[in-house]
Amino acid sequence: MSKSIVAGQEAIRIMKPDGRVEAAARRRARQRREQVIKGGLFFAALISVAATVTIIAVLLSESIGFFRTVPLTDFFTDTLWTPLFADPHYGILPLLAGTLVTSGVGLLVAIPLGTVAAIYLSEFSSSRLREVMKPVLELLGAVPTVVYGYFALVVVTPSLQLLWPDLPGFNMLGPGIVIGIMIMPFVISLSEDAMRAVPMVLREGSYAMGATRLQTAWRVVVPAATSGIVAAYVLGISRAVGETMVVAIAAGQNPNLTWNPLEPAATITAYIVQVALGDLPHGSIGYQSIFAAGLVLAVMTFAFNILGHFMRKRFREVY
Amino acid sequence: MNQLDSPHPQDWPKSLKAETRALSFSYGSRLALKKLSIPVSEYQITALIGPSGCGKSTFLRCFNRMHDLYDGNRYEGEILLYPDSRNILASEVDPIEVRMRVAMVFQKPNPFPKSIYENVAYGLRVRGTTERQILDEKVQQALRSAALWDEVKDRLTARATSLSGGQQQRLCIARALATDPEMLLLDEPTSALDPMATASIEELLLDLKSRVTILMVTHNMQQAARVSDWTAFMYLGELVEFGLTKQLFTTPSKKQTEDYITGRFG
Repeated sequence: MSKSIVAGQEAIRIMKPDGRVEAAARRRARQRREQVIKGGLFFAALISVAATVTIIAVLLSESIGFFRTVPLTDFFTDTLWTPLFADPHYGILPLLAGTLVTSGVGLLVAIPLGTVAAIYLSEFSSSRLREVMKPVLELLGAVPTVVYGYFALVVVTPSLQLLWPDLPGFNMLGPGIVIGIMIMPFVISLSEDAMRAVPMVLREGSYAMGATRLQTAWRVVVPAATSGIVAAYVLGISRAVGETMVVAIAAGQNPNLTWNPLEPAATITAYIVQVALGDLPHGSIGYQSIFAAGLVLAVMTFAFNILGHFMRKRFREVY
Repeated sequence: MNQLDSPHPQDWPKSLKAETRALSFSYGSRLALKKLSIPVSEYQITALIGPSGCGKSTFLRCFNRMHDLYDGNRYEGEILLYPDSRNILASEVDPIEVRMRVAMVFQKPNPFPKSIYENVAYGLRVRGTTERQILDEKVQQALRSAALWDEVKDRLTARATSLSGGQQQRLCIARALATDPEMLLLDEPTSALDPMATASIEELLLDLKSRVTILMVTHNMQQAARVSDWTAFMYLGELVEFGLTKQLFTTPSKKQTEDYITGRFG
C-alpha cells in the first residue's frame, strides 16, 4: 500500500510544470553516477591484470637475455647450478629437485592430515568445536612464514635428529614437514567448506540406507565434494612450491641434485632470495638467472593451476 | 499379523505392519506431533495427507529415526514394528538397525554422485556385501522392481545424475528396494516430477505393495485417492481422521476432513 502512495507522489511531482525537466536531470545524474562506478570497477580490474602482464613481461624479457648465453639444453640437463662461481654451471635440475622434494614432503603431510581433519570437522565434530576450530585454523594461516622457518630450524630439525642422529642441521625433511603444517589450515578450511556445501538430502539418503557416519562421510560426502577438495589441494601445492622463507632458512642454500629429503638443498625460491639479497650488477648473467629461475617457478605454478582447473571440472557434481 | 480391537472393525486394517501409539514429537520446545495413534496396514499403501506444516513429513521421518540426525529432537510414545512388536523408538534400539528394516525415498530425487549401479548397490555395500555375483543379481532385481531396468541396463556405469528426474526417483526407489526392506517410506515422492513421471511412479507403487508395506506422504489429494488403501488426515500435528481411502474421500466423518478434501481450506 505504501508503495502505491510513493508512486502517486512521484507521478504528482513529475506532472508539475518543470517535472519533465527534473526527471531528465535525475536520469542524467544517475547515468553519470553509473559511469563513474563502472569506470572505478574497470580500473580496479585493470590494475590486477596489468600487474600480472607486467610480471610475465619482465620475467620473459630478462630470461631471454639469460637464454641467449645459456642454451636451453644446458639449462635442463646440467646437474650443477653454480652461476656465481668462476666456472659457472646453469642446470636448473638441482633447484627443481629441491623444490619438488620439499613440496612433496609438505604435501605428504598436509593432504592426508588436512583431509582427515576436514572430514572430522565437517561430519563428526559438534558445531561448537567447529566454530572454535575454524578461526584458530585461519589464525595459523596468518603466522608470518619467517616464524615457520625458524620453527623448522630450531624445533623440527632438532627433534628429527633424535630419530636420525646424523641428520644435518640443514635438510629438506624438516622444512618440508613445516611447509605441510603451514598449508594444512588452507587444505582443511577449503575442503571443509566443500564438504559443508554438499546438500543435506544426500547425507540423509545415505543414513536412510542404514549407513554409519563414517560410511556416509567416506562414500557420499567426500565423492560429492571432490571438486572443492581438489581445488584445496591445488592451492596447497601452489603455496608449497612457492614457499620461500621456510626453505631459505632451514633447508640450507646449497644447490644439490638429490631426491633424498635427509640432505640439505636449495630450492628455486631459496636461490632467488639468496641471490637477490646480494649485490649483483644489473644485467649480469647472475642477475638474469634469477628471472630464469622465477620463470620456471611461474610455469610450474601455472601448470598446477591449469591441472586443478581441469580436475575441478572433471569432478564437478550437479546436486 | 496383529488383530486390533476397534469400535469400527471395518474401518481398521486387518493385519498391521506397524502402528504408532500416542506418538508425540518435538523439535526443541516446539511440539510438532500430538499423541498420534495411526496404524500401518501390511502390504497396503497408507497415505498421510493434510495442509503444509501439519506434521505429516515429521511423522513419516519418525519411522526410520531420521530425526536422530539432529540435536534437540524428542520422541514420546511408541512406534511398534510387527511381527516382532518392537518399539523402534526405544532408546536401546540402534537407529541404524531400524533403517535396515525401513527404507525411505525422499521428496527430491537424491542419487549419490556415483554410477547407476553403485547407487543401487549402496545399501548392500553398506551392509558389507562385496560378492560381485550377489550384487549384480540384487541390483538387477531392484532395478526391475523399480521399472527402470530396461531403460538403464546398457548404461549401468553411467552417472546417476545423467538420468531424468523421473528416472532418478525410480532409481532412488530401486536403491531403497535393493536391501529387501519390510517397509518403504515415501515423502512426497512425486512433488518434483512432471505428470508423466508421476503416473509411472504411482503405477510402480501399486505394483510394489504386494511385496512391501508402503507409508507415503502426499500433497496431492488425487494421488492419495488414486493409490492408497488407507488415508490419515492430519492437521496441526493432530490426527483428524483415519479410514479406508474410499470412505474417507466419499463420506468423511469429520467436517474438517470434508472441507480439506473438497478444497475449501488447506
